[in-house]
Amino acid sequence: MKLTRRQILKGGLAAAGAAAAGRAGARERRQPPPEAVGMLYDATRCIGCRACVTKCREENKLPFERSADGLYDQPVDLSGSTKNVIRLASDGTRTSFLKAQCMHCVDPACTSVCMIGALRKNPVTGIVEYDENGCVGCRYCEVACAFNVPKFTWEKAVPRIVKCELCRHRADPGKSGPLAVANPACAEVCPRAAVVYGTRAGLLAEARRRIAEEPGRYESRIYGEEDGGGTQVLYLTARGFSFQQLGLPDLGRNAVPAVSESVQHGIYYGMAAPVVLFAAALVAVHRRGGTDDQE
Amino acid sequence: MATTETSPVGGRFVTPFVKLLLAIWALGSAVAVVRFTRGLGAVSAMNDGYPWGIWIALDMVVGTALGSGGFAVALLVYVLHRGRYHPLIRPAILTAALGYTAGATAIVFDVGRYWNLWRVPVAPLFSSGGRFGWNFNSGLLEVALCVMAYTAVLWVETAVPVLEGLEAGPPGRLRSLAVAVRPALERSLPVVLALGVVLPMMHQSSLGSLLLVATTKLHPLWHTPLLPLLFLLSCVGVGYAAVVIEATFSGAVFGRPLELRILRELAGVMAALAGLLVVVRLADVTLRGRLPLAFAPSLLSGFFWLELALTGAAAVLLWRRRRAGTPGALVRAAGLLAAAGALYRIDVYLTAFDPGNGWRYFPSVGEILISLAIVSVETMAFLFAVRRFPILPRARRPAGSVPARAAS
Ligand code: SF4
Ligand code: SF4
Ligand code: SF4
Repeated sequence: MKLTRRQILKGGLAAAGAAAAGRAGARERRQPPPEAVGMLYDATRCIGCRACVTKCREENKLPFERSADGLYDQPVDLSGSTKNVIRLASDGTRTSFLKAQCMHCVDPACTSVCMIGALRKNPVTGIVEYDENGCVGCRYCEVACAFNVPKFTWEKAVPRIVKCELCRHRADPGKSGPLAVANPACAEVCPRAAVVYGTRAGLLAEARRRIAEEPGRYESRIYGEEDGGGTQVLYLTARGFSFQQLGLPDLGRNAVPAVSESVQHGIYYGMAAPVVLFAAALVAVHRRGGTDDQE
Repeated sequence: MATTETSPVGGRFVTPFVKLLLAIWALGSAVAVVRFTRGLGAVSAMNDGYPWGIWIALDMVVGTALGSGGFAVALLVYVLHRGRYHPLIRPAILTAALGYTAGATAIVFDVGRYWNLWRVPVAPLFSSGGRFGWNFNSGLLEVALCVMAYTAVLWVETAVPVLEGLEAGPPGRLRSLAVAVRPALERSLPVVLALGVVLPMMHQSSLGSLLLVATTKLHPLWHTPLLPLLFLLSCVGVGYAAVVIEATFSGAVFGRPLELRILRELAGVMAALAGLLVVVRLADVTLRGRLPLAFAPSLLSGFFWLELALTGAAAVLLWRRRRAGTPGALVRAAGLLAAAGALYRIDVYLTAFDPGNGWRYFPSVGEILISLAIVSVETMAFLFAVRRFPILPRARRPAGSVPARAAS
């Protein structure tokens, strides 16, 4: 009988291990929803005027981030009061601007980790939306996002997560097409059309067209088409100025949460391992008469 | 079910040491008032790059590893039927109950929107139109549910000696209640005990999985799909270490018999676990081609080797002490293993975690005070419980046990 007990325990552990090993990496690649909307940012067109930063603040009713002397609105990074910034990047000789806001990942890490779905990817538009009513303020989304996008209002007694939601509150249901579901203020105000709004499919086509038209101007790759499982905000950069020099992370093709979800689901596949372990433990506990020791 | 004679220690509760703990608790409470009225930013150094600080890394992640002694000893006693470890079980369960409650308390301080926490355990009941149900992709959900359930399990297990204590107390309503409740409680114990073994295996491994998603932020020497296994092994090792330290401490302070023979045996088990940890860690880093990183001249490679050196040293020391270790030597070796495990966990959550963009984190005075206050309350509760309820083994002298004072 002693053997049986150990065998059950060992069997449970082995099953858990095998399930974990067998399922890891088995996760399928997610596709953006057919109606997915997003933005295309062309770093070669951006002149760093920051009109988008100011307009974003205004349309999202976010407070200014004043410089020490109070004279300037001077956000240095995304924060609890800034959903959009323009960064300055350098490749050693040249400089370029980079617009940073939520990427609206096709397969987001932030929604993968959020316990009860305060962050959720809209199944139709693909916009990654936040609803504070389901948020406990654990900040796991901040840990998980490879783009360091979700931010927290640390100075508030009633804090929340702040991040770009593609200005879905500016949608006009009366309009047709992408404007019916969102209307990014940053794209609307950009004087150079460096950032434009549209369907992801349409933006990809537009990006390819620009690259084909001026191959000497652009790197031939579109950041976000595949990176990190794909994003709905896409980037073009100047030829020779890499996306990593621009400040975008090198994520490879796979979605950021692919490995963690595979391991998690591997261990808990059908709850088999925990249930087997529980049953084994219960059997073992019940056999309490048969203590191995002299007491 | 008890096969060990236990009895309350008795004596005065308010000692100078307890007064010190009360003072720390008062300071921490003052900070807590600021935290809840002026926000997390007013008291903590946490930031958008390091959104998790010591309340998570220390109070929760290390604290519950130290509290894993309850589960680790229960595994020996109730599942593997090593009844000789029984004298360790009650103090270990009590320590676990307090440790997990402390961790859970830290979470309430830590999460920004704590008033929404109630939703987490009951989410499926209140989800509307597919919103706010359980997200099973979230390792944190698994940790949260398991930790809540396990903390409840630990308090049910702790209720046994508490009820026994009340039954032995003066007649009255409390005593009648205890007499009425205990039989039902004891009937449910097998299920509770089985849960008490499975739940910690689940969430302790998941505490490792939590950082798996941080592919670009956690240093490659620490980022591995084996994180859950490493966290599981380390929690068992650290749990036993805490049990050895706590048993020796109780022996010395309260003059309770020190079951030196079983502590030495436990040292053998811990040595094996520590050795296994070193082997798995090295094999993992080597097989995945990351060993060269460990030889890069950097602070982090130093931390990597420090962890391995501490764990390895603990393995060797514990193995040597498994037959003839004195209480002092056992505590030192166990302390080494606990330190190694704590360092590993802190490294995964903070030291080896780099969000980029020049973010830095070092705990603020406020964070440290709240942490200390939580530990103070935990310690006071432990002291109160062992004085009032039959937790510690009764003074007796079976072969192999030595009065601790004489031995150390
Ligand atoms: S960029 Fe970050 S916050 Fe935005 S969808 Fe992706 S993971 Fe979520
Ligand atoms: S902080 Fe809120 S939105 Fe972010 S993961 Fe936690 S519950 Fe979800
Ligand atoms: S879409 Fe709206 S919220 Fe997002 S960056 Fe543009 S203006 Fe800001």
